[in-house]
Amino acid sequence: MALMASVIRRKFPIRTPIRNSYPSFSIIRLLSTPAAAEEGRRIEKILVANRGEIACRVMRTARRLGIQTVAVYSDADRAALHVKSSDEAVRIGPPPARASYLNASAIVEAALRTGAQAIHPGYGFLSESADFGQLCETEGLIFIGPRASAIKDMGDKSASKRIMGAAGVPLVPGYHGDNQDVNFLKLEAEKIGYPILIKPTHGGGGKGMRIVNGPDEFVESFMGAQREAAASFGINTILLEKYITHPRHVEVQVFGDKHGNVIHLNERDCSVQRRHQKIIEEAPAPNITDEFRSHIGKAAVSAAKAVGYYSAGTVEFIVDTISGEFYFMEMNTRLQVEHPVTEMIVGQDLVEWQIRVANGEQLPLTQEQVPLIGHSFEARIYAENVPKGFLPATGTLNHYRPVPVSSTVRVETGVEEGDTVSMHYDPMIAKLVVWGENRHAALSKLKNCLVNFQVAGLPTNITFLHMLADHWAFEKGLVETHFIEHFKSDLFPDEVLEETNVAAKLSATIAAACICENEHTTLRETIPSDNRLLPLWYSRPPFRMHHNAKCIMELEWDKEQTSSFQEILKLVITYEQDGSYFIEIEDGASLGSEVRVLPVGDGNYKVDVNGLQSNATLAIYSKDLNKHIEIWHGKHHFHFRQTARLEQSSEDGLQHKTSLQTSHPKGSVLAPMAGLVVKVLLENGAFVEAGQPVLVLEAMKMEHVVKSPRAGYVNELQVTAGQQVFDTTMLFNIKDKQED
Amino acid sequence: MLRVLAKRSWRDALLLQRRLHQAAMPFCSAVLADGIDRSSDAFSRNSAIVRDLVSQLQSNTLMVLAGGGSQAVERNRSRNKLLPRERIDRMIDPGSSFLELSQLAGYDLYEDSLPSGGIITGIGPVHGRLCMFVANDPTVKGGTYYPITVKKHLRAQEIAAECKLPCIYLVDSGGANLPRQADVFPDKDNFGRIFYNQAKMSAEGIPQIALVLGSCTAGGAYIPAMADESVIVKGNGTIFLAGPPLVKAATGEEVSAEDLGGASLHCRISGVSDHFAEDEIHGLMIGRNIIKNLHMAGKWTNSLPSISCSYKDPLHDEKELRLIAPVDQKQPFDVRSIIARIVDGSEFDEFKKFYGTTLVTGFARIYGQEVGIIGNNGILFTESALKGSHFIELCAQRKIPLIFLQNITGFMVGSKSEASGIAKAGAKMVMAVSCSKVSKITIIVGGSFGAGNYGMCGRAYSPNFLFLWPTAKISVMGGNQAAGVLAQIERSNKKRQGFEWSKEEEEKFKSKVVEAYDREGSPYFSTARLWDDGIIHPSDTRKVIGLCLSASIKSDPEETKYGVFRM
Repeated sequence: MALMASVIRRKFPIRTPIRNSYPSFSIIRLLSTPAAAEEGRRIEKILVANRGEIACRVMRTARRLGIQTVAVYSDADRAALHVKSSDEAVRIGPPPARASYLNASAIVEAALRTGAQAIHPGYGFLSESADFGQLCETEGLIFIGPRASAIKDMGDKSASKRIMGAAGVPLVPGYHGDNQDVNFLKLEAEKIGYPILIKPTHGGGGKGMRIVNGPDEFVESFMGAQREAAASFGINTILLEKYITHPRHVEVQVFGDKHGNVIHLNERDCSVQRRHQKIIEEAPAPNITDEFRSHIGKAAVSAAKAVGYYSAGTVEFIVDTISGEFYFMEMNTRLQVEHPVTEMIVGQDLVEWQIRVANGEQLPLTQEQVPLIGHSFEARIYAENVPKGFLPATGTLNHYRPVPVSSTVRVETGVEEGDTVSMHYDPMIAKLVVWGENRHAALSKLKNCLVNFQVAGLPTNITFLHMLADHWAFEKGLVETHFIEHFKSDLFPDEVLEETNVAAKLSATIAAACICENEHTTLRETIPSDNRLLPLWYSRPPFRMHHNAKCIMELEWDKEQTSSFQEILKLVITYEQDGSYFIEIEDGASLGSEVRVLPVGDGNYKVDVNGLQSNATLAIYSKDLNKHIEIWHGKHHFHFRQTARLEQSSEDGLQHKTSLQTSHPKGSVLAPMAGLVVKVLLENGAFVEAGQPVLVLEAMKMEHVVKSPRAGYVNELQVTAGQQVFDTTMLFNIKDKQED
Repeated sequence: MLRVLAKRSWRDALLLQRRLHQAAMPFCSAVLADGIDRSSDAFSRNSAIVRDLVSQLQSNTLMVLAGGGSQAVERNRSRNKLLPRERIDRMIDPGSSFLELSQLAGYDLYEDSLPSGGIITGIGPVHGRLCMFVANDPTVKGGTYYPITVKKHLRAQEIAAECKLPCIYLVDSGGANLPRQADVFPDKDNFGRIFYNQAKMSAEGIPQIALVLGSCTAGGAYIPAMADESVIVKGNGTIFLAGPPLVKAATGEEVSAEDLGGASLHCRISGVSDHFAEDEIHGLMIGRNIIKNLHMAGKWTNSLPSISCSYKDPLHDEKELRLIAPVDQKQPFDVRSIIARIVDGSEFDEFKKFYGTTLVTGFARIYGQEVGIIGNNGILFTESALKGSHFIELCAQRKIPLIFLQNITGFMVGSKSEASGIAKAGAKMVMAVSCSKVSKITIIVGGSFGAGNYGMCGRAYSPNFLFLWPTAKISVMGGNQAAGVLAQIERSNKKRQGFEWSKEEEEKFKSKVVEAYDREGSPYFSTARLWDDGIIHPSDTRKVIGLCLSASIKSDPEETKYGVFRM
């Protein structure tokens, strides 16, 4: 909370020479007459209808403004950070979002119960639900966002395009009409300009879509698309759209108040995406001119004005990097995930703006007063499995150490060490936001922060983000929507780079030394204290008669970022007399390293490898019966698993036993003990329910009913009453099908 | 910062408590002087000889540490088996110490080389519980038991029984060495005694754990069978009274080793073994778990309740012991220079300092543990022996462990000495040593001759541990003295028979005797036969004593009762 405040406060006094020309809120407040004050409806308590980082972030601003906060939580979030950060918290339902964070009536009820005057929806969940906005209004609550009608207008994709077209906002050129004559459409295509995209009006999933590069391909593609559409969707109507080969995703932050003022706060570039989700955003967009900026900004303002917009909104455009044209895509009627990059370059707190606008105040700045200072990046840190197609991951944050925040580094997070990233919600762990004087400075800072951002316990995209940020094309600002696909071979190397290989071995060496050092300390502290001389046995180096103690450590290197096989590093550690470790890796090439370790607490170590001192951090935790070791050293982060020291293997002798008994067919029922068959209750081929008695055994003067283990048909029932059976004699078999 | 780190060593275990304690309780004991004249020729001569002896020791040990040779080691590895010392390394607490005993047992003893006697024994902690390890070395003669192997095994059990240490047998042995069965099988302290000891210790509540990591044939089969709990490794571990060849010979039955006595059979059907291990590492980890589950906390706590937890390092560097170890029995040697490098703060409160000065007695601490130290400063006279007896009685009554530093040529001979009753003075010391129930640790730093060996708690007096320095020499008397005595007898024999004995012949006779005494008095001759628990590096003395004390001190030692002292 203090972080955000300091960022906002700092920006004007320290960095900006524009302090006098662009007054901050505090000055504005004196000048303007707040409309809401007259209505006597100022917000004093806000319910945040969200979770995670955005809930925390909204509460932070609210608290700074002296507004009380109410959190809502599902059963999964009872102890979540956003609940801890609030003044009050109300349970709204079980973990699934549909039953909790999307449960509008429960949320409104929570607001009424706690006496909150306003609801901030954050992003996602109910933030773009016109019905929810309406419900709030009905219940006399302020919905911190745009009017319900604006949400509705922008929520409908084709309706929004119509409105935008009417307002003169550029749309992707195309033909959406009813005329399906091939020659007519070919002419339309030429009007639009190649390449064009042929799309069925109905359906989706890319079915029937065709990219046409020139007129000679048109007819054939068109017919094909029509056929496929007819086959797939039963309707063969087709539309044409300009195909943009190298698109960029540029969006403009707009803001309006209830007095009809709408301004834009410059643009953001969010081109770099995976699975159609943004992962690195920046503001301002790189490689654009001021003229472009003002054009796109004006277009965005017109778009917002067209629907009578107030509060925060974002107008998304697709930019053709070849022609430099931009076209309206959609408008998001909420605060965006990536709003902090805009805050960083304009030195404003957009949540504060939202609250003031909700209070009925005028916008604090006019368009001319909006500054653009420096450059800002946001990287979204997700729990996800990058090589497996960025699949969301779940797990426990066994080690969570974000970078230290400062006036130029923000970490927006909703989790703490020990928390679980569950399958119920978005797997985002944090947003890392950095600011620099220019793009280069900001990018350096971003890369440095990513290297030092420590998460262990579940797979994350941090290394991937660093690879992205470190890519030459990204550095040049050559961003576009297909960036990741384009540079696939760079970003998803099949083989680990030699440099990485060397670094991994060094890290393994350091990790081994730190583990030895740790074992030493922990054992000494945890051994029973009744034998006063016992600590001698744990002195360093461990005593051996006439030789140095050695130990072998097998570390399985988890090459998280590549699909290549895991590698087992076998380290031979010799405890030297002076307390250092001599560590060799058994790969035939290792010369061995002399390592000294000094733990400085909290998983941090000063390490000295062959005379070179550096810092390392280790996170050690258990998961799936393995010991996991994650190490951060230099700009590298590696993940190792240690299986050799397992106290108990999951394998068990009993498994061995079952393998010896496979001579009996599946579904066989064996005599549980030696005894006499007293009664046979059923015949072969009879159908039985699970648990139904089949026969009765007598042993040790006791009757024992043998029951069917499952439903099916009795088979191979060979014993008869009066027959002696032995332990493990097969009695009968239960089959799914009746046999003849 | 890292330099400080480098200097951290043995001592840091109790550093904090020590600091706290020092502030609270200032010491005012007598601090021993350095005691070394580094500029003298004698010093440099002596240190050069010791250096050679130590490097000889190290090279001998290095050979033994390699086990049964590269081929056997390779074969062992190919069977997915670790070497015995590696097995122990994996079983003891990570990064902890292991006090290996009698590394050079069997050294130069048989025509075949038998590194470490084919068995590794020693003490190490498992889950904070000190255990005695007995590990067959399958790379040495298939892990079969030579007479010295049996002796080493029994010695380990003896220590375990005495110190109440759980026993862990890492079994991988073909049983008794058949060609030597007469020296291995029938006698009291032969093979059978191993199982007798297991039974007796188990009866006393000293856990007996066997890990079957290889073959365990014939008599060897009783080791896991007699154990309280046993583990067997799939594939490698087998237990049977007779192996497949013998079975075929006896009954004609053809059966594989695994079916005859493998892990699956013994864990599922016979019940000879309790835990099924997928592989060796798994087996060793199960072994660790067994120790963890002993729940022996509070039982036999090896500590005396009222001793301070603080200690200082010796003021004088313990590493210097390798320079000053006494090599020449003819030169006077002040044992205080050794004590000064062993005890905490080099502080030594002498008892009867000016009486019987050839025996040095006094109180000190080692790693904070109060000890009584008895060291030789020359021949034992009547007064010295009386002083020694008195001091042993003191320590026994106060339950203070005793450390003997042997460098003794013997008791004084001659009419004056006999008249003073040296025989009964010596007897008093032997009586005191024999009967006192405190922990006793003997280090033979130089000579160990005659009754001096007895009075100073030699092997026959069952010290809990006995170690040699490479400078040690052990025999009933000095080689020259023996040669003189024997020559005298020989000459009178010849004279009786009317032969003349030339000077040359006599010299030849004498040098032969001296040579034999030298050979048999060497520390290697001793340690090969297990007359001791190993030869240690002089600089390790403090550590070794500390570890031995830790293993042997009992929380409630028995009251000492003496026999009749001849007054």
